[in-house]
This record gives sequence, structure tokens and C-alpha cells, in this order.
Amino acid sequence: MDIKDIIKPENLVYDKSKVQIDTIMHYCPGCSHGVVHKILSELIEEMDIQEKTIGIAPVGCAVFAYNYIDIDWQEAAHGRAPAVATGVVRLNPDKFVFAYQGDGDLASIGAAEILHACNRGENLLVVFINNATYGMTGGQMAPTTLNGMVTSTTPGGRNIDLNGYPMKITELIAQLPGTSYVTRQAVHTAGAVRKCKRSLKKGIQNVLDKKGTSFVEVVSTCSSGWKMTPVDANNWMAENMIPYYPLGDMKDSVKGGPVSEN
Amino acid sequence: MAKVRGAVVVDKEGCKGCGICVDACPQDVLALNKDVNSRGYHYSYMENPDACIGCSNCGVVCPDTCITIYRVKI
Amino acid sequence: MGEIRLMKGNEVLAEAAIRCGADGYFGYPITPQSEVMETLMARMPWNETGMVVLQAESEVASINMVYGGAATGKKVMTSSSSPGISLMAEGISYIAGAELPCLVVNVQRGGPGLGTIQPSQADYLQAVKGGGHGDYKLIVLAPSSVQEMNDFVDLGFELAFKYRNPAMILTDGAIGQMMEKVELADFKPRWTKEEIKEKWGSWATTGKPDSRNQNVITSLEMDSDKMESNNQRLQDKYRKMEEEECRYEAIMCDDAEYIFVAYGTSSRVCQKSVEIAREKGLKVGLLRPITLFPFPSKIIGKLACKAKGFLSVEMSAGQMIEDIKLSVYDAGCIARVEHFGRMGGIIPSPGEVVNALEQKFL
Repeated sequence: MDIKDIIKPENLVYDKSKVQIDTIMHYCPGCSHGVVHKILSELIEEMDIQEKTIGIAPVGCAVFAYNYIDIDWQEAAHGRAPAVATGVVRLNPDKFVFAYQGDGDLASIGAAEILHACNRGENLLVVFINNATYGMTGGQMAPTTLNGMVTSTTPGGRNIDLNGYPMKITELIAQLPGTSYVTRQAVHTAGAVRKCKRSLKKGIQNVLDKKGTSFVEVVSTCSSGWKMTPVDANNWMAENMIPYYPLGDMKDSVKGGPVSEN
Repeated sequence: MAKVRGAVVVDKEGCKGCGICVDACPQDVLALNKDVNSRGYHYSYMENPDACIGCSNCGVVCPDTCITIYRVKI
Repeated sequence: MGEIRLMKGNEVLAEAAIRCGADGYFGYPITPQSEVMETLMARMPWNETGMVVLQAESEVASINMVYGGAATGKKVMTSSSSPGISLMAEGISYIAGAELPCLVVNVQRGGPGLGTIQPSQADYLQAVKGGGHGDYKLIVLAPSSVQEMNDFVDLGFELAFKYRNPAMILTDGAIGQMMEKVELADFKPRWTKEEIKEKWGSWATTGKPDSRNQNVITSLEMDSDKMESNNQRLQDKYRKMEEEECRYEAIMCDDAEYIFVAYGTSSRVCQKSVEIAREKGLKVGLLRPITLFPFPSKIIGKLACKAKGFLSVEMSAGQMIEDIKLSVYDAGCIARVEHFGRMGGIIPSPGEVVNALEQKFL
């Protein structure tokens, strides 16, 4: 069978979402942000919520998220996205609001804002990209940087005595009664991407059903920051990040409900 | 058992040559081209098109959403 | 005639917010302004008008909640006192940079640092020069009575939306805590979703329909040429405010040889000082700036051509005096400008002010 007979509109099985803006993203080759942007765009299209979606972009590499997903966006100050999102959702309870944040943004400078927004059970989705580094500023240590991991501010590797421990903030957030769904996913393989998409869909549906805060961590790579090829970064992540940040649901409950056993 | 054939179309200019699709392909269909696109990236292409089953894995993992996939039962 | 009540300045801020159709208030407790949020929580406006009131985890969070709400075209405000306003400086800069309308109230207390909970006017420069990073200005309104605390909430929102710029009510612990007679405004309904879309749909993030392009609220621009033109647009807006929005009150300035320049609490003191000085046969007047930005430079320049001197009376080490000097200089006049003030939470007495005038000028 000739390839031209396969490449026909009626045989199309996978294409770019209409909600994703047709432009080349500024992200480095292999960056996990691109995958997460793609699945968010797909979900916004599939769930037909473009008109009710308001995204809050962080400071970090995803600062330009508004150039890639065709929805209304607000660009927040570093770490403040959960507070900004709170302002939006409290005054517009009929909207689907999500905050998109990296590990420096969420777990370091914005630790207070994320904990309190989740504790209040704000009806929003938080997408947390954890690549264990500050990508945009050039690969410095983040709160989630692994012990011994080399970054531009830990050239000899992260030292627990000096820098403290890699922060499992998602585990902390799962303890807060305001959250309804807390999970950790990844996007390094096709199977992981499909699972992550299901998690994000559940998070969005929870917000539409007004169930309180849903929180989806995506363990991610930063091949530029890690100084690896994209494929090596994915493999390194699977071997080193995932053992410390294990994947799976930490909580699938209702606002005010208990933390589940797994 | 119905046989399935697939084909992928890579947006050559959108591809950054990260190679994740090559790694994700279970059929070893894809490879990075020796040529580069206008931005200097060795873009992904179907080196072994006859083996493609249209599983979509390459498209799903592509961070730059530059792979379109077709599939047909024969 | 509206409803007349005896109320505290801080309480009136809350009542005026509800009555002018505000959509949201986000705040954090700090003396001497905590009554603003306490009054709102007791009034429960969510039952009456649908206004949202939320106690945030910090001033940093409050101002960012204001950012989020304002970016959807809603009437949103916060209030704090000096140390809290310093914490909000980052957020206010973002709001100014993203050109969002909102109202911020600073019920000033003495600084620096934790300072004192007593009234002060030492945040003047922070308020009128921007306060955070970057070239930006706030519209700064300075009430001198509980009545003006009421009136300036609505006016602040009106100006904020007219210019898509944050407005600030710069008051102090004395006016915030003081009780006076106030005529309250009539209730105005909150804007409906349709009204917001009609008025602010060109920029507000209300959710993107097929019929328009995405709206993005941001202060970020990586292209230097575009960033310069963004800055220029802000500067043009500030010049327009200077042309159109200057407000002041001139008391007995027509024949005055010496003029007190004072705003807020110190202008109330100076009203009495003018009386005392006039009884002594001194030709003294009072110029009270109502907008601190835009500063009433033109009227000061005009007065500087015939008056011998200005005494800037402030509850600070002398901050507004810089703007008075610039106004006199710009007018090409040679009137002397001096300062008298008390710090640390002390309000000067009218007699002290007259003594200072005599010592410095006579």
C-alpha cells in the first residue's frame, strides 16, 4: 500500500488540537512543558471548555504559556499564581480556572500561596511541573533538586547539610483537607502521557463539579538544565527522579475528605 | 486478524530533533534525518515507513506537536 | 440627601465599597486599618450585593487576588497599613504594568520598619512615586475627613477604570480611627456579566469565545522596542492624568503671603492654624492637595508668583516638600519652601504649626 493512500483525511488519527496555537514554542528540544501544553489544549477542546477557561501562567519557562494555548490568560508574579487564581475563581465561580506552575515558582517562592489556596480548597486545578531545576534562569537548584544533583548553584551536587532536603510538596498538599484530588504523573513515555492526560481530565472535571482543589504534579525533564540529550534526560528521570517522587494518586477524595491509603 | 498500516507526517520546520519520538516508536519507523531544517535541527522522518502501524506513540510524546498520524485497516 | 451616620473612617471605607457596587475585597489584618475587613465581614455583603470578602494569608496574597479579580473586569479592592503596603509593592507594580484597575487603601502608620501603630504620613513618596519597581504611578487620593473616605472609594474606582490604572486612597490612622458625621452614598448595583463584557470585553479575561481573540493580562514584553512603547503608553497616560485629574482645595489663598501646603490629617490641623495666624494679622492660606498624584503643581506655581513662602506641613521628615519645590521651580519663581512636621505618630498642634511659620519666615 502506497503511503499516499494512507495519508488521507479519513484516516487521520492524531493531530494538533485547535486550541493549541499554531506556532513554534520557545521551549528547548524535548521539554516536558510542550507535552503538558499539548494535552491541556486537547482536553480544553475535547471537554468544550475554551470559553469558560482562564489560565494563570507562572514565572519560569512557562511564562509564555499564553502564546501556545488559545484561551484567556493572566500572567502572575513569581509564585503568586494560586493567589491570582483565587481572585479569579472567587469572583467568577462559573469559570474553569487553572494555575500552571513550576517547582521554583510553586515550592519555593510561592510555597505560602499554594499551601493556603489548597487549604482553602479553592475550586481550581493546579498543574505543577517538577523538573528539579530553575530552567529559565539557567539551571539553578530548586527545592525539588535531588540530593547530590549538580546544578549551576550546586556545582558539587546538592548537599543536604547546606541546602536541606528535596521537597516532596505534593505529599504535603495531599494532607490538606481542601484538596480533592492529588496525583503525581509524568510524560516521558506514551503510556505516561496518556495516564497524565486522564489525570488532568479528572482534575478539570473535579473543578467543573466544584469539588475543591485538584493538584496534578508532572515529574518532568529539563534537558538543557540537566545538560543531557532529551532522550537521556527522560531515562535519567525514570531512574533517579521517579524513585524519589513516585508516580500515582495520593488522594482521590472529596473536599474535606481523608487522605487515601495509597 | 486485520492488518493495520500507519503513516506519520512530521512538520519538518516545527521539529526540534529531540529524538523522543524515535525512542518511543515500537516499530523503529522513525529516525533523525542527516539533513537539518532551516533552524538547524536534524528533524524526525520515517526511515522505515512500511513498518508503521499508526499507534500514535510518536505523536503523543512529541513536545512540539509536530507529528500528524494516519492509520488504515487493510 | 443620603443616609447620615456617625462612623469611623475605616468603617466607612467598607460601607462605601458595598454601596458603590464593589465585587470583591481581599485583605489581611494590620493595625490601624483592621476595621475595614471586620466591618465587611460583619456586614456580610455577599448576602446583599454578592460582593466577595476574603481574608488572605498575607498582603502578598491579597494584592495578587486583587490582580486576578481585576483582570476579569471586576471592581476589586484591598486595604492595609504601611508595612503591608510595602509587601504589596510587587503586586501593585504588576497591576500597574498590566494596566489593571483596582483600589488600594493605605491607612498609614509610622515607620520605618515595624515603627508604630500611630498615624503618620511617611509613605507619601512611596505612594506618589510608584512604590515598587519600574516607571509607574498610582492615582493617589488623600481624604481629609470621614466624608471623603466615603466619597473617594467610588471616585477611586471611577478613575481606576477610566485609566486602567491602580488608584490609592492614602490616608492615615487618625482619619481611619476618627468618627465623624458622614452622608453615605446610595447603593449602586454591581456590574452584570453582560455589562462587564460590554465595558471591558476588549481586555478582561472573561473566557475566550469564538468571536474574539484571546485576552492576555501581562506586564511582560521581551522585545525592547515594544517594551519601550509600552512604557511610553503608561507615561502618556500619567501626563493625561496630570492634565485632567488634579484636585485640590485652596483656603484663603487669594491674598496669602504665606501658604501652608498640607493633605489629610495635617490639612485639618492647618485649617485651624490659618485661623490662628489670621487672628494674629498674618496673611496665611492653606492649599490642600486632594490628588497627591497627579500633584497640583500648576496652582502651586501660580501661587508661588505672588506668595512669599510655602510651609509644607507633614507628619513625616518632609516628603511632599520635594514636589512643592519642583512646582515652584517649574513655575520659575523664587518663593521659599520650608517644611514642618512631626514624626513617630505625633500629630502637630495648630499652634505649633503657626510657631514654625513664624520661626522660618518672619
